[in-house]
Amino acid sequence: MLEIKNLHAEIDGRAILDGLDLTVNAGEVHAIMGPNGSGKSTLAYVLAGKADYAVTAGEVLFEGEDMLAMAPDERAARGLFLAFQYPLEIPGVTTMTFLRTALNAQRKKRGEAELQVPEFMKRVREAAGKLDIDQEMLRRGVNVGFSGGEKKRNEILQMAMLEPKLAVLDETDSGLDIDALKIVADGVNRLRSPQRAMVVITHYQRLLDYIVPDVVHVLSKGRIVKTGGKDLALELEAHGYAQFQEEAA
Amino acid sequence: MNAEVHPIRTAAEIGLAQAFAEARSRLPGNGAISRRRAIAFDRFAEQGLPHRRVEEWKYTDLRALMREALPIAPPPDAAALRRAADAGALLHAPDVRRLVFVDGALAPELSDLAALEPGLTIQSLAVALAAADPFVVERLGTVVPTEDIAVALNTAFMGDGAVIRVADDAVISRPIHLAFRFAAQHPAAVFPRSLVVVGAGARLTVIESHEGADDLDYQVNAGLELVVGDRARVDHVKVAMDGARALHVATLMASLGAGAELNDTSFTMGGAVTRNQLFVRFAGESAVARICGATLVKGRQHVDTTLVVDHALPGGTSRELNKAVLDGESRSVFQGKIIVRPDAQKTDGKMMTKALLLSETAEADNKPELEIFADDVQCGHGATAGALDDDLLFYLMARGIARREAEGLLIQAFVGEAIEGIGHDGVREALTSAAAGWLAAR
Repeated sequence: MLEIKNLHAEIDGRAILDGLDLTVNAGEVHAIMGPNGSGKSTLAYVLAGKADYAVTAGEVLFEGEDMLAMAPDERAARGLFLAFQYPLEIPGVTTMTFLRTALNAQRKKRGEAELQVPEFMKRVREAAGKLDIDQEMLRRGVNVGFSGGEKKRNEILQMAMLEPKLAVLDETDSGLDIDALKIVADGVNRLRSPQRAMVVITHYQRLLDYIVPDVVHVLSKGRIVKTGGKDLALELEAHGYAQFQEEAA
Repeated sequence: MNAEVHPIRTAAEIGLAQAFAEARSRLPGNGAISRRRAIAFDRFAEQGLPHRRVEEWKYTDLRALMREALPIAPPPDAAALRRAADAGALLHAPDVRRLVFVDGALAPELSDLAALEPGLTIQSLAVALAAADPFVVERLGTVVPTEDIAVALNTAFMGDGAVIRVADDAVISRPIHLAFRFAAQHPAAVFPRSLVVVGAGARLTVIESHEGADDLDYQVNAGLELVVGDRARVDHVKVAMDGARALHVATLMASLGAGAELNDTSFTMGGAVTRNQLFVRFAGESAVARICGATLVKGRQHVDTTLVVDHALPGGTSRELNKAVLDGESRSVFQGKIIVRPDAQKTDGKMMTKALLLSETAEADNKPELEIFADDVQCGHGATAGALDDDLLFYLMARGIARREAEGLLIQAFVGEAIEGIGHDGVREALTSAAAGWLAAR
């Protein structure tokens, strides 16, 4: 589903990704772990198409097509979803409007009919209920006045509504207490399917107790330096990232 | 009136003097009213049109912007009345009581003057002036005394307008819509003046709309004096959708009694040059004013919002929010002044102005000011100007929303904050869709 080959990327002239290779197949959940500054968030943003990042070499294929040539909205319509580490507040645009606009924009790009309001409302209520998101929150500006945990749940709600093929979760665990973490992880696990792939980016192993990955990668200095099974995460938890940082250097 | 005092006279100033000399005997009202007109005109004649060296008009040099004085619009003929039949329809507010003013004159045949609610009276200003109605003569020009030259010109030339009175404790639930339409086929100037006096404990919503053809030069100098009685509440919405070549100057002069509440929203999209002046005086204790403005301009449009909120007595609360969206080479000006006089302790005043610049060549001038003479007050102001937030745009696009649509959502949200306080659902939605239409057309 996703093939990243020799990806180099920089921001403000500073090289961050340095020849990253990664292949993710449908149905798989990959964890990408790494210390601060290793390039985790850069990878997430480059995949989603944030303009601040310049790709200087390499390629990213999504279902065989050159994803780097697509605008962010095009990538989303093809089935890519990025759960933001720091979800933004959008005063004046309600979560309801935001979700319906996004969903229908994607459907339109895919040549599908727009979802009618009653059907949309039904789906939102169901999805929000499972994530313990109050109906009242859906009528407020996106993320405005939300707690950190509420913002992260709102990201998962968007993911549930948009039903992406490939979800990239950027430090979705950061700032969550254990109860909020469980709600978010349950939400993510409900979306696991043989047709869907996920890339879970995290600094800590804790999240992976709840979202159990098929493959774990260690990212250091802009490239994958080790790949293993879920036990690799436990090993990192015990020994830290120091060994990999030295290896990469 | 003495032309020799000022050797530099613009064509517009000379034209205004000629127009006044010709029209003064025909303008409604004798005696006290014609004396008041003469005094007002003399003030203009002494000072001329306001220009950039007059601080209050620094960013809107009327002397330069007003190239000529247009003749006073004649009374509308049958064809003009037909053209004005749908005046104000853009607001999709069929439930309101509509009073239509065509080329500045009340058109009773287009207006709904029947079955007035108990406690409500409506008159034509021209009729009231001609009859020297003591209620009008006594109040006109006294609600918020001002030396402003635009107001002086309005007073000198005022033709017609609405005189609305609401008795104490009368709750007028049906909004009154003053629909001003310029429908003449020759360039002309109109000087409507209205007086709205809302009694103690009463309630009223006044909606004001201004429209006209895009292919004609015309000038509007409108005045509205509004008295909000003790504990009364008035909602006022002003919508300026003038034609593309129009020069529009409008002044609200509002006085708030004790515990009174004013909820005011201005929405400006049309006109070549627009100046919205709002002079609000807290004349009673613990009054509340919420004053919002939304402006969407493009091309070479110029919109100036000049606001003076004068807290004269204790315990007043004022909130001012001004939002401007600018494209092309347009320009917005916001001058907001909160005055807190020595007696106005416990005043709570907050003013915010934000400009969203969609092009490199648009310009926003924001000048918030506080003049505080009391020591126990809470006052603040803020001003921002900038482009759309790239991070927010990316967030929306990452959800599949195309750039154009994402920009539209953000701009609508930006404007939305300034119009969400409009209580009338139809009007609020009509303005929301007008903003959406503006965005789609850019």
